[in-house]
Amino acid sequence: MNARGEPIIEVRGLVNRFGDHVVHDGLDLELYRGEILGVVGGSGTGKSVLLRSIIGLQRPAAGTVRLFGEDLHALPPHQRARLERRCGVLFQNGALFSSLTVIENIALPLIEHAGLSRADAEYLAGVKLALAGLPAEAGDRYPSELSGGMIKRAALARALALDPALLFLDEPTAGLDPISAAAFDQLLLTLRAAFGLTVFMVTHDLDTLYTTCDRVAVLSRKRVLVAGPLDTVAATDDAWVQEYFHGPRGRAAQSAARST
Amino acid sequence: MTVNGGRSASAEANATAATSPGRLSLERTERGLVLAVSGHWTLPHFAALRRAVDQLKQEPPPAALDFAGLADLDTAGAALLAALLGRERLRALSATAPGLSGERRALLLAVGEAPTETAARPARRENTIIELLARIGRAMETVWRQIVTLLGFMGLVLATLLRTLPRPRRWRLTSLVSQIEQTGLNAVPIVALLTFMVGAVVAFLGATVLNNFGASIYTVDLVAYSFMREFGVLLTAIMLAGRTASAFTAQLGSMKANQELDALRVQGLDPIEMLVLPRILALMITLPMLTFLAVLCGLIGGGAVAVLSLDIPTTRFFDIVSEVPLRHYLVGLSKAPFFAFLIGLIGCLEGFKAGASAESVGNHTTSSVVQSIFVVILLDALAAMFFMEMGW
Repeated sequence: MNARGEPIIEVRGLVNRFGDHVVHDGLDLELYRGEILGVVGGSGTGKSVLLRSIIGLQRPAAGTVRLFGEDLHALPPHQRARLERRCGVLFQNGALFSSLTVIENIALPLIEHAGLSRADAEYLAGVKLALAGLPAEAGDRYPSELSGGMIKRAALARALALDPALLFLDEPTAGLDPISAAAFDQLLLTLRAAFGLTVFMVTHDLDTLYTTCDRVAVLSRKRVLVAGPLDTVAATDDAWVQEYFHGPRGRAAQSAARST
Repeated sequence: MTVNGGRSASAEANATAATSPGRLSLERTERGLVLAVSGHWTLPHFAALRRAVDQLKQEPPPAALDFAGLADLDTAGAALLAALLGRERLRALSATAPGLSGERRALLLAVGEAPTETAARPARRENTIIELLARIGRAMETVWRQIVTLLGFMGLVLATLLRTLPRPRRWRLTSLVSQIEQTGLNAVPIVALLTFMVGAVVAFLGATVLNNFGASIYTVDLVAYSFMREFGVLLTAIMLAGRTASAFTAQLGSMKANQELDALRVQGLDPIEMLVLPRILALMITLPMLTFLAVLCGLIGGGAVAVLSLDIPTTRFFDIVSEVPLRHYLVGLSKAPFFAFLIGLIGCLEGFKAGASAESVGNHTTSSVVQSIFVVILLDALAAMFFMEMGW
């Protein structure tokens, strides 16, 4: 699975720094249509900062980020909004609007962007909610009344509200029990098969990596150390990569993935 | 029979898509009724598509599906088709339907499998008067509970204070000093500026009224008495209620939202002793000090107006001020620790009452400011009556 046509995301020579602290220094990365890319790296290697740079929340100090072939920061606001509508983002802690119920959270982009009536939007929101695997009763609850796993699913439903072509996930399975995490992996595969989603996923979960990802990118030393199919990446001669993929947890996840 | 969704009413649809909404047509063939789905079944056309689907709901269910003319399909369109056909029929018919790619079939099935019956919400409409009475009743009950909770919390804080007092090792001096800096020292500029201006305003007011009686010299008395007895402490307390009570609530509320209070408790540490006592004590120390500053600045403000605008000599001004009996100043100052205690108490209590969400912290911050200002003014009114009866 290598270069197929134009990449959806193209990061070239990205530099991010906070004061004197350089997070990224000349980082390159591509994401192609229809693939699920897992981004891994130790704590503080700037995985979340990379995600924020790609979706335009963080202005890079240097380098370019092209989303669907266009530079977000160079676009006028209305074109930028049009591009952002094609992206769904699942933030690490859900980031659901706490003053709205779950259904209202999901219906908001449908009302604001697709111009649906409130009843239509809430009906469709109910469909997304069910797609994300939440019971209908959860729709009338407020985010503060939900468990961690339900918040993740509700946030996923909101990210999928506008049928985005590109989905960003920041640690989607962190804080979930293994059963919910496995269900989340399956959900992701189903959605990818159904919608032809392209997914950019920051994760630490080895099982998720083995189950869902087509390609894996390893962030290390302020750039992408290696990106490619799992086997290629796991064979890379680097202390951190070896420790990560061939440590006790890595082996367990690998054998679990092989046996299924 | 053909049902066309027609022109989409939504402006958004016209702006984003030059495409036309999808069509549904039911045809009688040798295979029985065939439902032909064609065109764009996407979100921008949702309203039109739903009308088309609604019109077909009355018709008998089709025996086969035909997707040959289908141009585009997303979850919105799939949800409508799934709602029209039902889960079982969708699964059975889509397997043999021409023109349906594997991906789109997966999408249809994924959406169809999702149970979508929305929970029927009980829409109870009650009599307006009964609803009004119920609201009043609920509000009264809330007020009553607030009072009980506040009194309970007051007891808890006092008990903790008495337990801590004989053990100097458990006095949180660092925390206390830091709180004094935040609530006291950092509030000096705003308190000084505001009371200076109010002093000047009172002097102008006095000059305007008293001039009619040729008694503008009494302007100085007006400023001196009012600031020593009432305005100095009241203005400072209201300012700290806005500035400090809100800060206490926000600090403790976000700690609670972040489970930091729980973390303290499970480590066997008492949040009242560690967080509440230093804050309340710091406020009880700083409010009298700030009151002194407020009285001083109010007098300076009034004095500036008297000297510069009313041509009262500076020495005369000082003579009048020094003739004001000291007890007026003490009466004013004696209220400061009580105000401080209540402001700190309400600020901390509201912080503890905050829930897990950021919104709840915001609501309780608002509530703590309103409550503490209300309590300060109420107590001041009661104190004024008391001191008047006592002849102090």
